Amino acid sequence: MHIFANPKRFLSLATWLTPMCLVIGLVMAGGALAYGLLYAPADRLMGETVRILYIHVPAAWLGMGGWTTIAVASIVELVWRHPLATIAARAAAVPGAVFTAICLITGSIWGRPTWGTWWVWDGRLTSMLILLFLYFGYIALAGAVNREGASSRIPAIFGIVGAINIPIINRSVVWWNSLHQPPSITLGKSAIDPAFLWPLLIAAVGFSFIFGGVVLARMRMILADIQTEARLRRKALAA
Amino acid sequence: MSAIKPKHQRLVLLVIALIALIGAGLLAAWALRNQASYFYVPSEIVAHPPEADRAVRLGGMVQAGSIKTDPDGVTIHFMVGDGKANVPVVYAGIVPSLFVEGSGVVAEGRMGKDGTFVADNLLAKHDENYVPRELKDMSGAQAKAVVSETSQ
Repeated sequence: MHIFANPKRFLSLATWLTPMCLVIGLVMAGGALAYGLLYAPADRLMGETVRILYIHVPAAWLGMGGWTTIAVASIVELVWRHPLATIAARAAAVPGAVFTAICLITGSIWGRPTWGTWWVWDGRLTSMLILLFLYFGYIALAGAVNREGASSRIPAIFGIVGAINIPIINRSVVWWNSLHQPPSITLGKSAIDPAFLWPLLIAAVGFSFIFGGVVLARMRMILADIQTEARLRRKALAA
Repeated sequence: MSAIKPKHQRLVLLVIALIALIGAGLLAAWALRNQASYFYVPSEIVAHPPEADRAVRLGGMVQAGSIKTDPDGVTIHFMVGDGKANVPVVYAGIVPSLFVEGSGVVAEGRMGKDGTFVADNLLAKHDENYVPRELKDMSGAQAKAVVSETSQ
């Protein structure tokens, strides 16, 4: 676990892992999206609007995956005091928020022709919007803690407490009557025809690689920031 | 007497905190089980009819063969059911394109005095099944069987 505690060792790994993740992700997600938008069949009831699935569903998974990353990194930080965990949690917040926003926007665009409304306050949509607000709160809090020099344990606790929303989002369509449909894909079973399912899964893996690449790039950026600041401080002291 | 390692102490504290957090979350979700639902199903409406003129939402399946259009061409009558009870609904206006018999619907409106639900707005509910157009001639149940067969 502490092999990577040394930022230098992490950086030498991340230097080539970052572009690799981004390239694999762009090829997979781009290919799956192109296939999904141009060649995949139209749906029986929804027609062409079904194609938004290939962006909406991976974005929803990664929006929730982003906060799960924050929560796991926060636990590692609080218990093991791993120096890279704080940085990983901060790095995952912005891409997580972006994917959550993409999920909400594409869902709204899909809802207008399918349901007949842009937005409803049902369990799924509301809990997903709360996730976006949690991201905003986390980003603002982590930024303030970083600027003011307070303990990074404060955003870590926020990250763990906020994770309670993730199972709520997942179960919202089961616990409560909602306009959003119940889960199509559960463990080992899928109500999605294979013609839609394969491009969807490939797009999801591709977007996950992009997510990983962006997190690594942002971790490198935060580490570089910390180094620059330390160097400036040393120079100021020497002068 | 051996002191507990600080790392383990933190781990134990965190596990206790997580259990408390999940417990609180489950309690909150349990307390919200009725309030957070987006609509009532027909059997709930029949068992506990809402007062007339209170805005409620009714959700369920449009019963097969129940859609009837009035001579004016815009007023439709249909039955919404959940397998246990049916509620007649009347609506005047443009229906969403996914509004078909055997499919899910959420009607916003109020209960009339004669037991008919008067809808101001209809929302189509899409189910969890995604089926290509090639399979569209099958009934919903048949298509479901094909999908579950081919996607195991």
